[in-house]
Amino acid sequence: MATKGNKIPRTPVREQDPAIRATNFEEVCLGYDEQEAMLEATRCLRCPRPRCVQACPVGINIPGFVGKLADGDIKGAADIIGLDSSLPSVCGRVCPQETQCEGSCVLGIKNEPLAIGKLERFTGDWKIAHPEQFETAPATPNGKRVAIVGSGPAGLACASDLARLGYDVTIFEALHKAGGVLVYGIPEFRLPKERIVAKEVETVQKLGVKIETDVVIGRTMTVDQLLDDEGFDAVFIGSGAGLPRFMGIPGENLNGVFSANEMLTRANLMHAWEEEYDTPIYQGKRMVIVGGGNVAMDAVRTAKRLGADAVIVYRRSEAELPARVEEVHHAKQEGIDFRMLTNPVRILGDESGKVCGIECVKMELGEPDASGRRSPVEVPGSNFTMDCDVVIMALGTSPNPLIKDTTEGLEVTRRGCLVADEEGATTRKGVFAGGDAVTGAATVILAMGAGRKSAAAIHEYLSEK
Amino acid sequence: MYPILTKKLLAPHIYELVVEAPRIARSAQPGQFVIVRTDAKGERIPLTICDYDRERGTVTLVIQEVGYSSRKICAMEPGEKMADVAGPLGRPSDLLELSDEELRAKKILFVAGGVGTAPVYPQVKWLKEHGVEADVIIGAKTASMFTYVEEMRKVGRVHLCTDDGSEGFHGMVTGLISKLVEEDGREFDHCVIIGPMIMMKFGSLTTKKYGIPTIVSLNALMVDGTGMCGACRVTVDGKTRFTCVEGPEFDGHLVDYDEAMRRQAMYRDNPKNNPETHKCSCHGN
Repeated sequence: MATKGNKIPRTPVREQDPAIRATNFEEVCLGYDEQEAMLEATRCLRCPRPRCVQACPVGINIPGFVGKLADGDIKGAADIIGLDSSLPSVCGRVCPQETQCEGSCVLGIKNEPLAIGKLERFTGDWKIAHPEQFETAPATPNGKRVAIVGSGPAGLACASDLARLGYDVTIFEALHKAGGVLVYGIPEFRLPKERIVAKEVETVQKLGVKIETDVVIGRTMTVDQLLDDEGFDAVFIGSGAGLPRFMGIPGENLNGVFSANEMLTRANLMHAWEEEYDTPIYQGKRMVIVGGGNVAMDAVRTAKRLGADAVIVYRRSEAELPARVEEVHHAKQEGIDFRMLTNPVRILGDESGKVCGIECVKMELGEPDASGRRSPVEVPGSNFTMDCDVVIMALGTSPNPLIKDTTEGLEVTRRGCLVADEEGATTRKGVFAGGDAVTGAATVILAMGAGRKSAAAIHEYLSEK
Repeated sequence: MYPILTKKLLAPHIYELVVEAPRIARSAQPGQFVIVRTDAKGERIPLTICDYDRERGTVTLVIQEVGYSSRKICAMEPGEKMADVAGPLGRPSDLLELSDEELRAKKILFVAGGVGTAPVYPQVKWLKEHGVEADVIIGAKTASMFTYVEEMRKVGRVHLCTDDGSEGFHGMVTGLISKLVEEDGREFDHCVIIGPMIMMKFGSLTTKKYGIPTIVSLNALMVDGTGMCGACRVTVDGKTRFTCVEGPEFDGHLVDYDEAMRRQAMYRDNPKNNPETHKCSCHGN
C-alpha cells in the first residue's frame, strides 16, 4: 500500500479566531485555497475498494474527485461530484463527515483522515465561482409537468434531476425565500446565505426550474388541486420536518421561552440580528439552550453572537451529544458553557411572566435504551436552579401535518412521517416524497439523496404512464 | 409581488387595503388569515382575511396602526406592491362544517370590537349567503371609531354600543350581551367574539354566564404562520396549542387570556417596535 499519504499531516483549515467570530455572523471556517486543497488531495491513498464511498449516503466517487483535485483539475473534480450530488458547497459544510466518509477513511486508523468535507466544499465553491464552465444545454422538453413541494435539499435535488431529464418543474415554497432549512435553520456563520445557498438555488433555476414562493401546499392549493386543476403529472413532497417539540414542563409558555426553530428563523430567515431589518429578536443576558443536537449548537452559538452568556443543558453526557464533533468543538472554542447530565424540570418566571431561571435535575446514565445509548436517569434530590432570562428548546422536530391532513389517501406513520417506499412512492399514486417529511429530522445529504431517488422513480412512473 | 389596489381609512388609525392575490382569493374561507411582508426587510405579520373576491382575485385586509410594522403596512399606497402575501392560513371557521339545516336551526350572535369587526364580516356574510341572519354586536370607544357598520347591516342584524354613549347602547359589549339576553329575552346558542384580547376575555366570561358556547379568534404573534416556530402558542383547556395551524379560532371559555395577553406583549419594549428608535427608508417612517 502506498504510504505517501500517511506522511503528510492533514492540512489545517483556516478559521476565524474564536474570540472575534463569537461576536459576528461571518462564516467560521474559511476553507481551503487551491494550494491547500491540492496538498490535502495528495494524501488520498486511492484505496481500490474505497470505504469512504460506501459510507457516503449518496455514494460520491470520492477517490475519483480527490484524484482530479490532486492533478489540479478542479473542473473534473466538480463534474465527478456532480454525478451524485447537486449541493457540494452545502454538503461540504454541513455533512457529518466524521461519521460518514471521513469516519471510514483508512488514513484515519493511524493518523487523521483525509479532509473530504473541506475538499468537497472547495470544489463546490469553485464551481459556484466559475458558472460559465458548467453551462449545459437545456434538456429537450418532454411535455410533462412535475410539482415539487418545498425548496429544501430534497426538493432542490429532485427538481434538478427532473429538469435535466426534460420535465417542466415548479417548486412551491411556503416561505418567502427558497432553500428550506438551508435558509431558515442553518445559521449564516455555518452556511452563508447569499454567497452559497442563493447560488445553489440559482443553479437549479438555471436548469429551467420555476420556484414560486408564498405558496403553502395544503392551504393555498392542495396536492389534489396540483394534480387535477393545475395540470401536474406527478408531485414530489419534500416539505421537511418543521414542527418544533416542547418538553411539556411547567413555565414553557413564559415570555422568554422559544423553540430553536423560532429563534433561528428570526435570526436566519428574517435577519433579526441586523438593525435595518424589522423583525425583532428577544434579547437575553443569559440564554439556556436545552438539547444536544446540531440545532442546539446552532441556537447556542447564535445566542452567543447576540451577546448573551450561552449555556447548553443536555440530559446525557458529552459522548452522547448527537451534534457533529466539529460543531461542539467550535462551540467550546467560542466559550459556550456545556452542562451535561442535566435536565430541566421547570422554568421559573418573575411576577410579570418573564423567565428568570430554570430548575434542573442532575442525571446519571443507566441501562442502554432502544437507541442503544445509555438512558439518563434522574439523581433524586439533586435539583438546583440556574439564573437565566431566555430558555430555548432544541428537542427535535416532526413533520408538518398540513399536507397529510388535506390529501386523501396519503398514509403516515405513528410519528407523523409520510409512508414511502425506497424510491419515494407514497401510498397515493403519482405522489412521491422524500427527506425529513418521510424520515423525520435527519441530514441534508440524506434528504438530497432521497430527492434524487424520487426523481428517478418519477421519471420511471411518467415514462410508463 | 402583490399590488395594493385600493386603500381606505375606516376610522382613526384603521385602514382597509384591497390586495391582488388571486390564488389566496380562490381558496380563502371565513376565519382564515394571511401573512404579509411589506418589503425585503419587513416583518412577517399575520392579518385576518376580511373579505375576498374570487373573480377579481383580491383579498381585503383591515389593519390598525399599533407598532412599527403595522404603521409601515398602513403607509403603503395603491399602486405599491407588497413583497409577500401568503395564505390562506389557519383553519376555516367551524360554522363552515355545518349543513344549511343545522345552520338555520342556530341562533348565532357575533360580538365585534375595534379592528376585530372586519374579520367578523366575512362570517356574517357567508351565513347570509346560506340563509341565516345573525345578530352582530359592534362595540367601539366612540362613534367615530366604528368600522364596517354599513357593510354589516346588509348581511346581519346590527346592534351598536359605545363606551361613551355617543351612538347605540351606552356601555361595553359585555353590557349589550347582557341586555339582549336579560332585558330583550333573546336566546343564542352560538357566539363568535373577535376583537382585542381583553374584550374576548370579558365577552367570553359573559357568555359563559348565560351558557352560550363561544368561539374566539386569537391574534397571537407569529413568524412563519405554518406551524414551524411556535411563537403563537396559547394555552387552551390546559393544553398548549399553536394558533397558526390549530386555530386561530378556539373555544372562548377555555382560553388562558392572561397568558395570551402577556405573550402578545413580548416585544413591546423591543427597540425595533418603536418608530422612534427603529427607522428605515420606507415612506419616511
